[in-house]
Amino acid sequence: MGMILEINNAVCGYGMKTVVEDISLTVSNGEILCLLGPNGVGKTTFFKTILGFLKLQKGEILLDGENIINWSKNELAKVIGYVPQAHTPPFPFSVMDTVVMGRTPHIGRFSSPSKKDMDIAEEAIDRLKISYLKNEIYTEISGGERQLVLIARALTQQPQILIMDEPTSNLDFGNQIRVLQQINELSKSGLGVIMTSHFPNHAFLCSTKVALMQKNNAFQVGNVNEVVTEENLKSAYGINVKIVDTKIDNGEIVRSCIPLFN
Amino acid sequence: MNFINKAQIEAETNNIRIEENKKNKVNFIMIFLLILPIAIFIISIMFGRYAISFEQFMQIASAKITGNSIDISSNVETVLFKVRLPRIFAAMLIGAALSMAGATYQGMFKNPMVSPDILGASAGAGCGAAVGILMSFSSVGIQIISFIFGLLAVALSYFISKVISRGSNAVLVLVLTGMVVSTMFHSLISLSKYVADPYSKLPEITFWLMGGLSTISGQDVRMLLVPFLLGSVPLILIRWKINALSFGEEEAMALGIDTSKIRLLIVVCSTLMTAVCVSVSGMIGWVGLIIPHLARMLVGPNFKVLLPASCLIGCSYLLLVDDVARSLFSVEIPLGILTSLIGAPFFIYLLLKGKKGWA
Repeated sequence: MGMILEINNAVCGYGMKTVVEDISLTVSNGEILCLLGPNGVGKTTFFKTILGFLKLQKGEILLDGENIINWSKNELAKVIGYVPQAHTPPFPFSVMDTVVMGRTPHIGRFSSPSKKDMDIAEEAIDRLKISYLKNEIYTEISGGERQLVLIARALTQQPQILIMDEPTSNLDFGNQIRVLQQINELSKSGLGVIMTSHFPNHAFLCSTKVALMQKNNAFQVGNVNEVVTEENLKSAYGINVKIVDTKIDNGEIVRSCIPLFN
Repeated sequence: MNFINKAQIEAETNNIRIEENKKNKVNFIMIFLLILPIAIFIISIMFGRYAISFEQFMQIASAKITGNSIDISSNVETVLFKVRLPRIFAAMLIGAALSMAGATYQGMFKNPMVSPDILGASAGAGCGAAVGILMSFSSVGIQIISFIFGLLAVALSYFISKVISRGSNAVLVLVLTGMVVSTMFHSLISLSKYVADPYSKLPEITFWLMGGLSTISGQDVRMLLVPFLLGSVPLILIRWKINALSFGEEEAMALGIDTSKIRLLIVVCSTLMTAVCVSVSGMIGWVGLIIPHLARMLVGPNFKVLLPASCLIGCSYLLLVDDVARSLFSVEIPLGILTSLIGAPFFIYLLLKGKKGWA
C-alpha cells in the first residue's frame, strides 16, 4: 500500500501572519524526512499546518493526490499519526490507557475501546519492545520511555505517515539513538516519517531525505549528502562545521558533523 | 537462550497477573460504589426528626406498588413523600450532577483544581436568584431566573473567549474569561445585597446563597431532573473521548477529535447541570472539586470508569452530608456551609494521601 504525502508551495502561519513560505516536498512510505533548521524558523508552524491545527494560507497538501483541505480531523487521524514532544499530563493515566487512546479515530462516537482495540495497542507496545511498561503509570516513567509510549500511541492509530516533533529532545545520549533506531525500523516496515531534529547527525543516521529551513524562507530539500553540507549548516546555524567520514569496524562509512568554535 | 525465554515468559505472566488484579480491583470498587448510594438511601429514609422505621417504609413501599391500602398513620406517609423522599432525591441528583460536571471540567481544562463553577455558572445563578428575590418573584420564578442567569453567564464566558482566542490557546482563554465573568456576577450579587431591604430581602438573599435543601419539594426534584438528564447522558456517552482532551488541545486534535465541538458539548452539558443545581439549592461548594479527586484515587483517571464513579460517589456524599445537616443539631445547618466545612479539610487529606500526579 503506497501512500504519498505531497506538499506543494505551502504558505503557513498564524492568522494573517505568514511564517514560512513556498515549501514543497514529498514523503512516501518507507522514507524518513528529517527537517532541520534553527529555532524560530517555522518548523513547528509547518508541522501544525500539515496536522490541520493551522489553516494552510496558500498552496496545497495532497495525500495520494487527494487534497486534504476538507478532510475531517477524524479522517486525517487515520492516515497521519502525531508524536508530540513528551510532556506530563496532569493525571496519572496508565501506559496502556495512554496507548489505546490512539484508537480514538477508529472508535465510534459513543464507544470505548473493545478487546480488538486493546490488542492493536498491545501489538504497538510489543513492536517498540516496551511491554514491561504496560502496567506502569505514564506520568512516572522516564522521558525516554514516555517518548516510546507516545510513538506506540501513534502506531495504534495505524497511520501511513508519522509526524514527530523533535522525538529526541530531552533524551539522554543513549535514548536518543535508541529512539532513532526505532524510527528507522518503523520506516523499514513501510511508514513514511517526517521528523524535526536539532542535530544534523541524526539526519546522517537515519534519513533518506533532509529538508533544511533557513531564515528568510530559504528552503532546500533533497538527499542527506546534498543538503547537510558544511556551507549549508554554516549559513543556517551561523557556526562553522566540519563534516567527516569515519570507517567503522565492518567497513561501512559513517558520516557525521563536528561543530567548531568560530 | 533457554534461560532468557523462561525469564521472558515469567515477566509476561507476571504482567498479565498485575493487569487482572487491577481489573478485579476496579470491578470490585465499582460494585461497592453501586451498593453505597442504595445503602445510604435506606438509612436516610429512616433518619430525621420524624423517625420512620424500616418496616414502616417497606409497608408503605409495598402498598404503593401493589395498590393496597394500609393502616399506617398518614403522618408517616406525608413526611416520607412530601418531605423526606424529595429531599433525598434532590441531594442525590445535585451531588451526582456537580461531581460529574467537576470531573469533566478537570479533564477538559487539564487541571485538577477546577470546579464546575469555573465558567461562572454558580455566580450567574446566584445573581439571578438575588435579582429574583429583589423583585419579589415566587419561588418558582426565582428558580427559573436563577437557572437562566447561570446559563447566560457561561454563554458570556464562552463567546467572549471565542472572540479573544480565535482558535489558539482556547482553553486558557476560556478559564480567564470565566474568572472575569464570575467576578462580574459576584459583584452584581454584592450590589443587589447592598440595595436590598436589610430587614426582609437581605436575609433572604443571604440564606438563599448559603445553599440548602430544607425547602425542597417534589416540584423541585422534577425541575432538577430534566436538565440533569440532558447534561449527564451525553457526557456519559462520550466519556471515553474526554481522556484525549486531558493530553491537550493539539494531541486530541491529532487523535481525530474535533476539539471545539466536543468542548462546546461539555460546556453546555456541565452548565445545564451546575446552573440547575444552584437554582434549586443555592451554592453548594466543594462537591464538584473533591469528589472527582476521590474517584480518581479509587479507580484511576480513565473517564470510562471515572465518570460513573464520580456520579455514584457524588450522590452518596451529598446525601450523607445532607443527613448530617438536617439531623446533627436541633437547628438545621445550611448544606453549603457543611460541604465546605467538611470539604476543605478532606481535600487537604486527599492531597496528603495522593501525592503522585494529583491522583
